[in-house]
Amino acid sequence: MTGVFMGALIVLTISIMMLVIRVVKGPTTPDRVVALDAIGVLLIAIIAVLSMLLSTYAFLDVIILLAILAFIGTVAFAKFIERGVIIQHDRNK
Amino acid sequence: MSLLHFAIISPFIVALFIPLFYKLFRSIHTGWFVLILPVVLFGYFISFVPLVRENQIVSETYEWMPSFGLNFIAYVDGLGLLFALLITGIGSLVVLYSIYYLDKVKEKLHNFYVYLLMFMGAMLGVVLSDNLLTMYMFWEFTSISSFLLIGYWYHRERSRYGAQKSMLITVFGGLSMLGGIVLLQIIAGTASIQGLIEQRAVISEHEFFLPAMILILLGAFTKSAQFPFHIWLPDAMEAPTPVSAYLHSATMVKAGIYLVARLSPVFAESSVWLWTVALFGITTLFWGSFNAVKQTDLKGILAFSTISQLGMIMSMLGIGAAALHSDAVSDQLFMVATIAAIFHLINHATFKGALFMMVGIVDHETGTRDIRKLGGLMTIMPITFTIAMIGSFSMAGLPPFNGFLSKEMFFTAMISVFDMNFYNLNSIGVLFPIVAWVGSIFTFVYSMILVFKTFMGPLQEEKLDKKPHEAPFGMLISPIILISLVVVIGFFPNILTYNIIEPAVASILPTILEPGDRIISKITFWHGPTLELFMTIAVVIIGVLLYRLWPKWKGIYAIFSEKWTFNRLYDHGVISMERGAYSLTSSYMTGSIRSYLVYIFLFMIIALGGTMWMENAFTVDTSENAPIRIYEVFVIAAMLVATVITIMAKSRLTAVISLGVVGYLVSLLFVLFQAPDLALTQLVVETVSTALFLVVFYHLPPMQRHEKTIGFKLTNAIIAGLVGLMTALIGISASSTKLFSSISQYHIDNVYTEGAGKNMVNVILVDFRGFDTLFEVCVLGIAAVGIYAMIRLRLSKGESS
Repeated sequence: MTGVFMGALIVLTISIMMLVIRVVKGPTTPDRVVALDAIGVLLIAIIAVLSMLLSTYAFLDVIILLAILAFIGTVAFAKFIERGVIIQHDRNK
Repeated sequence: MSLLHFAIISPFIVALFIPLFYKLFRSIHTGWFVLILPVVLFGYFISFVPLVRENQIVSETYEWMPSFGLNFIAYVDGLGLLFALLITGIGSLVVLYSIYYLDKVKEKLHNFYVYLLMFMGAMLGVVLSDNLLTMYMFWEFTSISSFLLIGYWYHRERSRYGAQKSMLITVFGGLSMLGGIVLLQIIAGTASIQGLIEQRAVISEHEFFLPAMILILLGAFTKSAQFPFHIWLPDAMEAPTPVSAYLHSATMVKAGIYLVARLSPVFAESSVWLWTVALFGITTLFWGSFNAVKQTDLKGILAFSTISQLGMIMSMLGIGAAALHSDAVSDQLFMVATIAAIFHLINHATFKGALFMMVGIVDHETGTRDIRKLGGLMTIMPITFTIAMIGSFSMAGLPPFNGFLSKEMFFTAMISVFDMNFYNLNSIGVLFPIVAWVGSIFTFVYSMILVFKTFMGPLQEEKLDKKPHEAPFGMLISPIILISLVVVIGFFPNILTYNIIEPAVASILPTILEPGDRIISKITFWHGPTLELFMTIAVVIIGVLLYRLWPKWKGIYAIFSEKWTFNRLYDHGVISMERGAYSLTSSYMTGSIRSYLVYIFLFMIIALGGTMWMENAFTVDTSENAPIRIYEVFVIAAMLVATVITIMAKSRLTAVISLGVVGYLVSLLFVLFQAPDLALTQLVVETVSTALFLVVFYHLPPMQRHEKTIGFKLTNAIIAGLVGLMTALIGISASSTKLFSSISQYHIDNVYTEGAGKNMVNVILVDFRGFDTLFEVCVLGIAAVGIYAMIRLRLSKGESS
């Protein structure tokens, strides 16, 4: 069973490495952001595999949190690229 | 607190009320109120004379800081009483003189008398304290009050300069002296002078003996204006003349003399003491008298004359220490130096006080003190002339005045080195009488200049600011009293010997005195045709010749060019010290945070690395280490890549993103090492901080300008590399040396039973170690408030909060 998990981990790691290359090379910022988003998803997968490997429930919270953060992060980056700001000022003020 | 203590501090108490008197009674000169105190004190101290004459000692202890063993012991013996009488006696006369000298309307009298009383109290404290630490306290009080008095006319540049100079030099000496006192206390376990004298054998054996002696002598020499620390005294002449008369001739400058005399029994066993004190004294004597001749300012002459006479007293005290090496009191020969020192100390206080007052009168009535402008005042100011003549002749050592007697004894003392067959005194010591004799010739010359250039010759009325006339009677009282003392002591020296001098000598040389023994000093005018008398006659003859031919040999002073004086050394020293300090500061305090970080990191590398290297602390022990797993290797490799990217990144955005990657990888590490709470927190915090970076990013000035790689600097790279290496080495060494096991087993065992929780991290955070958490919360709160304040509270540039 451990062999399967290890295999999965290796595959996931290789994928992350490919994505890291994308993050480094770019060429545009959106490319990097998408790569980061994918890294986030792969990290979720890795943590899931790891928690099976370590046979613990303790990391399920991390998985959920990572999912949320990856989403928020990507949205924030997207907004930054689109508008230049993340939090807009209140217009009525 | 006995009456004696009260007498010592009474000037301080009275000083408190002086401003009140000044404000309340504007029509009366404040000096009249002040005058009462020294007169009363003088009377009080006179009452000790019969006691002290019988070699009795009055000692009163006031427990000041008993836990430190610091008691204020008032101790009256012959030496202390002599000084106390000088201080209060001349103090009264100076106050009287100052009443007529200082104008009631124009001068700030309340300042003057407060300073003067402070000084008087301080001086009494110096001479009547048995504890060296309390003496040091009063010693510094004299420095401070002298500083204030010299700078009394603070609007004058020269006054401020003189005050600063004297402050720097005397406080330098004072602090050295404190060091010496502390050393003595370490050696003997007491700071009481009598206690030190009892333990002199222990002290002279100790390794701190020499340092203590040198430090204490530094204090004494700076205060008493000994060569080469004499330079402050001529500049202190910017003070009002009563101050010069009181502080810079009669009392303060003798504090050093007092100290040397007082500690003679402690140190004098050593030949170094004898040689140092005598050599510095004789050098000062010569240098002071030599320089006095070329002065053109009357007070300048008197200042150098004071230096020279102080040197003379000091050299006699040095030679007097030889008495300790001959065992018997009956052998009076070596003791004559000490007797002469004490006698001349009194004489000098009388005639120099009178001379200063005389100069003050001349200055007051003619508007100048320059001898090139003065002359022909004899018929206009006959009383002042008489004072000047008697004072100067006494200073020159002419009969029938008291200066003659002490000068004869001085020669006797100096000649006595021929009979001293220890410490090479009878070979190299031959120089002492010769230098003393040459110094006396110069003394004679400047004394003549003082009288004859001021009062004889033609009157140069056009050069004077005022029309000269005789001084008011009130101003003349004090110098007349002093000058009559000069004459009286001159004719009847033995009224002093029995009452004052013998007890004073007994307290300088207590150790050679058997109980019941008396020191017998007989001062006589005519002691037969001895070598001393011929020396004096030679002084007079050569002195008259030199005075007559003064314009011919003036050129000799040109040899000592201004470049090589100690004043210039001092001025340059002060300036270059300031410049040096300034350039040193500006060389490393660049204002750039980058360089400060370089210092901090360099210090860290040197301190930590140096310690590691010197202690041989580097160890590697892998036996306890867990095996390395494959996924850890991957994560670390990825982190390395991300770190390198952060450093090498061309744009900031890349750097921010790769920093985020590092953060996420750290949280992955937390997962790998099974720390779910940490991983959660790390993820959130990393996200927020990355977002914050991006927010800050947006507000940076135009991006393109800074969009370039961080410039490569070799020093930065080396320092960064070394810091990394250092922390890594320390980390490895620390984990390799486990001195004791972890306490975590306690937490594992008790997390549920004691803390009622299964999550151990959280139980530690809020239960076992909840106190830390509280303050972490505080930190976050402060940060939040701080950020809010920084954003909302925007003051324009000129405004301050």
